[in-house]
Amino acid sequence: MVYTQRFDGRKFDECRPMSAKVGVVERATGSAMFRIGKTYAVAAVYGPRGFYPQALANPTRGVLRCNYNMMAFSGAGERVRPGPSRRSKEISLVTEKALAPVLDLTGFPGTVVDVFIELIQTDAGTRCAGICAAAMALADAGIPMKDLVSSVAVGRIGGKIVLDLSKEEEDHPEGATDVAVAMSTRMNTINLLQMDGEISAEELKEALVLVKKGCEQIKQVQIKALREKYQQEAKHE
Amino acid sequence: MNNPLREHILATFAKDVRYDGRKFDQYRPIEIEYKISSKSAEGSARVKIGKTEVVAGVKLEIGEPYADRPNEGTLMVNAELLPMSSPEYESGPPGFDAIELSRVVDRVLREGAALDFEKLCIEPGKKMWIVLVDIYPINDAGNLFDAALLAALAALKDARFPKVEDGNVVYGHPTTTPLPMKHLPLSCTILKIGDKFVVDPTDVERDFEDARLTVGTLDNGMICALQKGGETGLTPEEVAQMVTLAQQKTKELRGLFR
Amino acid sequence: MGLLVQDKDIVVPGQELAEGMDYLPSTDVLREKDKLVSMKVGLVSINNRFVKVVSLSGKYLPKREDIVIGRVSSIGLSGWRVDFGWPFEANISVRDAVAEFIEKTADLSKYFAIGDWVLAQITNVAGGGKIIDLSMRGPSVRKLGPGRLLRVTSAKVPRVIGKQGSMISLIKDATQCKISVGQNGFVWLSGEDPAMEAIAVHAIEKIEAESHISGLTDRMKAFLDAAVGVKA
Repeated sequence: MVYTQRFDGRKFDECRPMSAKVGVVERATGSAMFRIGKTYAVAAVYGPRGFYPQALANPTRGVLRCNYNMMAFSGAGERVRPGPSRRSKEISLVTEKALAPVLDLTGFPGTVVDVFIELIQTDAGTRCAGICAAAMALADAGIPMKDLVSSVAVGRIGGKIVLDLSKEEEDHPEGATDVAVAMSTRMNTINLLQMDGEISAEELKEALVLVKKGCEQIKQVQIKALREKYQQEAKHE
Repeated sequence: MNNPLREHILATFAKDVRYDGRKFDQYRPIEIEYKISSKSAEGSARVKIGKTEVVAGVKLEIGEPYADRPNEGTLMVNAELLPMSSPEYESGPPGFDAIELSRVVDRVLREGAALDFEKLCIEPGKKMWIVLVDIYPINDAGNLFDAALLAALAALKDARFPKVEDGNVVYGHPTTTPLPMKHLPLSCTILKIGDKFVVDPTDVERDFEDARLTVGTLDNGMICALQKGGETGLTPEEVAQMVTLAQQKTKELRGLFR
Repeated sequence: MGLLVQDKDIVVPGQELAEGMDYLPSTDVLREKDKLVSMKVGLVSINNRFVKVVSLSGKYLPKREDIVIGRVSSIGLSGWRVDFGWPFEANISVRDAVAEFIEKTADLSKYFAIGDWVLAQITNVAGGGKIIDLSMRGPSVRKLGPGRLLRVTSAKVPRVIGKQGSMISLIKDATQCKISVGQNGFVWLSGEDPAMEAIAVHAIEKIEAESHISGLTDRMKAFLDAAVGVKA
C-alpha cells in the first residue's frame, strides 16, 4: 500500500483532536484528564505519603509508584477482565520510568508518590495518553519537576512516517510500526521509547524528529490546562 | 478515647443543621451524563452526586445459559473501589467494602428486576446474553452506594445490543435495540448519626456513622433490597422510619430517568 | 538577557523564567546553565535578584517553628504520637507537654487522650522529615475542643491568615467563630451559631479558590458583609 492520505484525513504530522483538564478528582492531591482522539485517560496523584513496609522505602528520597489500569468496558472488543495483566504491569513500569527522571523527590525521603491512571476509553495511544495525564496530575499535586513530560506515538505505515497513529492505522493488515515515546521537550531527553514492528535506522531518526514536534504540540495543551485552573475570574457575590 | 469532631457534629445536628447546609433528607445535586465511553462500551454513563463521581459501563457477551435457568440471560455486576477515588483505598484485589458495594448494587438490580432476563435468552438451553456491568468511583465524597446504582442503571439504559454475525458478537457496531428493561429499582442510603437520620451522606458524615441502611425500592413502593452496615444496631422502629424515608426519596429520584 | 516573566505571572513546571547570570534561583526555581526554570505551578515572585515560585498546590513540608494542627493517635511510655497529615507521625514528649512536672507512672491520657486535636509547634525536624517533635508549651499552642475541621492547600495558608493575622481576624470578627489555622493546612473552627460557622467555612473556601487573584481582601470584606448582613 502506498499511503498518500490518512484514513481520517489528517496530515502526517497532525495529532488527533486533544483536550485536557486539571483538578478533576477532588479528593486527590493532584489530578488531570487527557483525551486524544477517543482515548480518554484520567490520572490522580496522592502523596508524598507513607510507604509501607517502611523497611523497603528509600531513605534518601521519595519514590514514584505508578498504577495503570484499563476499565473493563474501555477496550474496543470484548470486556477486559478486571485486575492487573502483564500488559498493564509493564505499562505501569514504563510510565514510572517515563516520569521519574524529571521529578525531584529528595525533599521527602522514605515516602511514596502514588499515581493512578485509569483508561475510560481506549482508541490507540493509551500508554502515551496515560503519561500525559499523569504529568499534569503530578504538576497539579505540586511535586517539584524539571519539566512536564509529554508523550505520543509515531508510526510507519505504507512507507510513511506519521504522527499519533489511529486505531485503524495501528491495526492495518499490512502492518504498521508503532513507536511510543515520552520526552521532556525542554531538555530534549527521551524517557520512554518502545517499538513494535520494523523500521530502518534512518526512518527512526525521522520518526524521532516528528515525535518531538508532536510532544511540543501536546505540551501546549498540558500547559494550557494547568493555567486554566487558575484563570477563572473572581466571582463577586 | 475522645472525639471532639464527633461531639461537634452531634451538637450541630442537635440544632437541626447539617455542615453543608442541606436538610437531613436532601440529596446533593445529581447529574447524569450518558455515552462517556461509547466507542468501546455497549452502554456507559457518569453520575455525580455533589462531588462524588462514579462511571459505569456495560459490555455484552453471548454464553450458555445456566442449567437451572435455560430460558434466561444473566447479569453480572462488578464494582471496584479505585485507589484514585480516595486516600483511604489501596491498590489490590477487591476488599470487603468493594465486594459489598458490588453485591448491594447487584441485589437492587436483580431483585428489582431491572432487566427482563427472559428477553435476554437467545436460544433456550443453548445461548443467552450476558450483561456485564462494571462500576468505578472516580471521586469518593460519600454515598457510593446510590451513585453506583444510578450509574449502573444509566449505563444499562444507554446500552444497545451489538451486531451479531454467525452467532458471534461484532463489537463496535451497535444496533438501535435497547436492553429489555423491566422495572426501575432505585436505592436510598441513610446513615444514623446520634439520633438523626442523614440521607445521602458525605464522606465527612460517613466518619461519624453509627449505622447505615441502603434501601432498594420499586416504582410501586415495594422494597426490593436492604443492606445494613455500621457498628451499631437499629431498632425495628428505626428501620421502619428509614424505610419510609427511603421510599419517599426514591420516588423523587425517579424523575431523573424520565 | 534577563527576565522572561513578570512578577505575579502564573508559571508552570519547565517554564523558563530568566536568562543570563543576573538573576538567582530561590524556592522551587532551578538553574540550568544560564536559564532559571520553574519547578512548580505557581506565581512568580521577583525580589531584587532572587526569583522564586510560590506554589499554588502541593502537600505541606514540615518546618521548625511552624504551628500545626494534628490528632493524638497513640500514647507511649514517655509521650504521645500525633498525626498531622504528614507521612510520619510527630512526637510530643512528656517534658514538652505541660509546664508542670509529670511523674513517670502518671496516666498520660489525663493530659492528652487519643483522639484529641491539638494546635502545637514544631520544635525539631530531623532524619529528612521522619522525626518531628512538637511542643505543647507556650502561648500559641493548646488543645482544641469540639469543632469542625477543614483542609486547605498549605500554600494558601498565608492568605487565609493574612498579614499579621488580618484576614483570619476579619472572618472571626464577622462570624464570631473561634478559628485556628495550622501551617499544615488544617483549619479548626467552632462557633455558637451553625449558620455563622457555615459562612466562615465558605469564606475560607473562597480564599482557597481565589487567593491568586488580586483584590482578595476587598472581595472578602464584601462577601462577609453581604453574608453576615443577610443573616442578621
